[in-house]
Amino acid sequence: MIAIDLAIIWAFIIAFAVFVYVVMDGFDLGLGILFPLFPEKADRDVIMNSVAPVWDGNETWLVLGGGGMMAAFPLAYSVLMPALYTPMIAMLVGLIFRGVAFEFRWRTTQSERNRWDIAFAGGSLVATLAQGIALGAILQGVHVEGRHYAGGWWDWLTPFSLLTGAALVIGYALLGATWLVMKTEGSLRDRAYHLSWVLLLAMLGAIGAVSIATPFLHVQYTQRWFAWPNIILTAPVPIAVAGVTVLLLRSLANKYDYQPFFLALALFALSYAGLGISMYPYIVPQSITIWQAASPANSQIFMLFGVSVLVPLILGYTAWAYWVFRGKVRHGSGYH
Amino acid sequence: MFEGWDAVVLARAQFAFTMSFHIVFPAFSIGLASYLAVLEALWLWTGRKVFINLFNYWLKIFAVAFGMGVVSGIVMSYQFGTNWSAFSDKTGPVIGPLMAYEVLTAFFLEAGFLGVMLFGLERVGHKLHFLATLMVAIGTLFSAFWILSSNSWMQTPAGYAINADGQFVAADWLQVIFNPSFPYRLVHMVLAAYLTTALVVGAVGAYHLLRDQHLAGPRVMFSMAMWMATLVAPIQILAGDQHGLNTLEHQPTKIMAMEGHYESHKDGAPLILFGLPDQAAGKVKYAVEIPKLGSLILKHSPDAPMAGLDTVPRENWPPVPITFWSFRIMVGLGFLIMGLGLLSLWMRWRGKLYEFRPLHLFAMAMGPAGFIAVLAGWITTETGRQPFTVYGLLRTVESASPLAAPAVGSSLIIFIIVYFAVFTTGVIYLLRLMAAPPHPGEQGPSHDAPARAAGITPAAGVVVEGAAR
Repeated sequence: MIAIDLAIIWAFIIAFAVFVYVVMDGFDLGLGILFPLFPEKADRDVIMNSVAPVWDGNETWLVLGGGGMMAAFPLAYSVLMPALYTPMIAMLVGLIFRGVAFEFRWRTTQSERNRWDIAFAGGSLVATLAQGIALGAILQGVHVEGRHYAGGWWDWLTPFSLLTGAALVIGYALLGATWLVMKTEGSLRDRAYHLSWVLLLAMLGAIGAVSIATPFLHVQYTQRWFAWPNIILTAPVPIAVAGVTVLLLRSLANKYDYQPFFLALALFALSYAGLGISMYPYIVPQSITIWQAASPANSQIFMLFGVSVLVPLILGYTAWAYWVFRGKVRHGSGYH
Repeated sequence: MFEGWDAVVLARAQFAFTMSFHIVFPAFSIGLASYLAVLEALWLWTGRKVFINLFNYWLKIFAVAFGMGVVSGIVMSYQFGTNWSAFSDKTGPVIGPLMAYEVLTAFFLEAGFLGVMLFGLERVGHKLHFLATLMVAIGTLFSAFWILSSNSWMQTPAGYAINADGQFVAADWLQVIFNPSFPYRLVHMVLAAYLTTALVVGAVGAYHLLRDQHLAGPRVMFSMAMWMATLVAPIQILAGDQHGLNTLEHQPTKIMAMEGHYESHKDGAPLILFGLPDQAAGKVKYAVEIPKLGSLILKHSPDAPMAGLDTVPRENWPPVPITFWSFRIMVGLGFLIMGLGLLSLWMRWRGKLYEFRPLHLFAMAMGPAGFIAVLAGWITTETGRQPFTVYGLLRTVESASPLAAPAVGSSLIIFIIVYFAVFTTGVIYLLRLMAAPPHPGEQGPSHDAPARAAGITPAAGVVVEGAAR
């Protein structure tokens, strides 16, 4: 009988859930970040309508990431959440403001609507910044004693975590801009298209900065990336990033509708893979491995049944919902 | 700020506060999702316009309430980790999978079909749209199933073992899921959600009937809501009684707190109707009581002996005053709801359901009663199992995160400010929507935007705009 390593399977499942979250909520948080650049009410209505039917499902992946981690890696969940206390609270508050804005802004008058537009933009920005900071804080490692977090509630605040926070804001904004290129038309699309150029260049700078800074955090990261023979496995990642960048530049130059968004997602996927390479096999870097944090096998097997049946089903009906609302969203014909 | 405060007390306050705000929305949306499915089914079956008008009317309300439920729910799912990390580490292997199943079977189902339900009627056709509505309704029930299973496991843990790291692990998943209090709690809560929604629908119907008795929409919704109160309130009281007997078997100290039984009674315990429980003295002062009735209700025999909290070590006492009073509020409201149902039945029989104004005023007054009863019921069951998070096994003080009081206190203040700002605004919007009567040709959420963006004011648009102000 082949020994199946449940901890690795579950590490991939959680990583997958978080990635789907980043893919799906990334662009709609990005739309919030870009909101201040589109002051016209008609444009804002179109932007909101382009995600109104799907944002709720997008955020459910965040709940799966958190809940799944508590179930499959309870030790990691119970160490990381107090360590990331402040960014987590900030993220939750940001998500509250932007989430209710989807419905509230249709239920009110002009002056109050402006307030909910600010809530949507501010909430999206804060939630994104908090997620990026949390990512940086995890990468730099947290202070663990026994089975508990043993640091303070501001330990996460470093130049590195601020850098990853800013990088994610740029990244989500790029996803949002390319989403608008795909889903809108006319002058709105033109502006989104110009923004995509600027944000792509900024995103490349951010990827570069984080990639340069990460090896300085821990010697393990350096060895993981640059020591022989690891470099055979790690070298394709930056090479692929270069390739995708060329394709993305070309698709923008040709003013394609769909390609920029999906290539921007590919950039995210590669950055995410790079992150995985840096962290593996730790779930709390330098402190707790996925095997140490894992739930007992019967918990992980019990959930594996559900995941293997339900996740394909979920992806199926989610795809159907996107299909129902496919195509360009036009001024005044919104389906909100 | 908060130096010298107890971080655990602050964390408990935060949980109580955020949970109390959250529970209101699912309690409403579980019932409303089912009601919407019934309305759409009736429309497809009979073709009567009044049903699709009511469907679209309540759909707009559902959209706002559901959004608030989602965002306040995300806070709950992360709070286990932020404020209760020791609890998460120890119970994650058992209740984590139950919550993961809630996400997989319920949250995705609701969220995945919500967009089509809200905006998709013209895009997918009637049958597929009804399927979407049905999936959302079923999703809310699945959600209730899993979250109540995990809550019930914390109340009446079963099917578990404890491993070398001090974690609870599952020995038998069926026993974990179908733990002793779960079936009772599930029935009691789902019925409570249905009644809560019926009371809101009934109050809105009554409000519009008071202004005009001839409006078709308010007549239909008022009649449907009063049927629900008539039929379900007595069933709920029976279900609550059974739930209480189950609690007596598995969580006797909670019953002692609910009943105010500080002292043991060897030959028949009284039923204390009212009184002031004094936790320090271990007595209920100024008690108004009926002799032997407590034993009669709980043991079905007037002379059955009942143990009191004097048989329990003091460090295991729940806070009796809160449990005692919240229980009485819940039961009192339960009987009032049954009274409303019976009065409506009488008026229906006399043919005055839509004319008898005192009934409408009563129904309006009872609009929030379901929410208050649900909150009181949850306060009863959650304070009654203190001082434990996992009843008898894991103490609340051993469950908290290793955080300093200023961290927990600051986040508590932030949540209080944000929740009051956001959710009171949301409730005002809901009340505005309810203040306008359902209109012939009522449109769903999909038509609000274009009607306003284009500046045209068709009849429905006027009503919606008027309501918005």
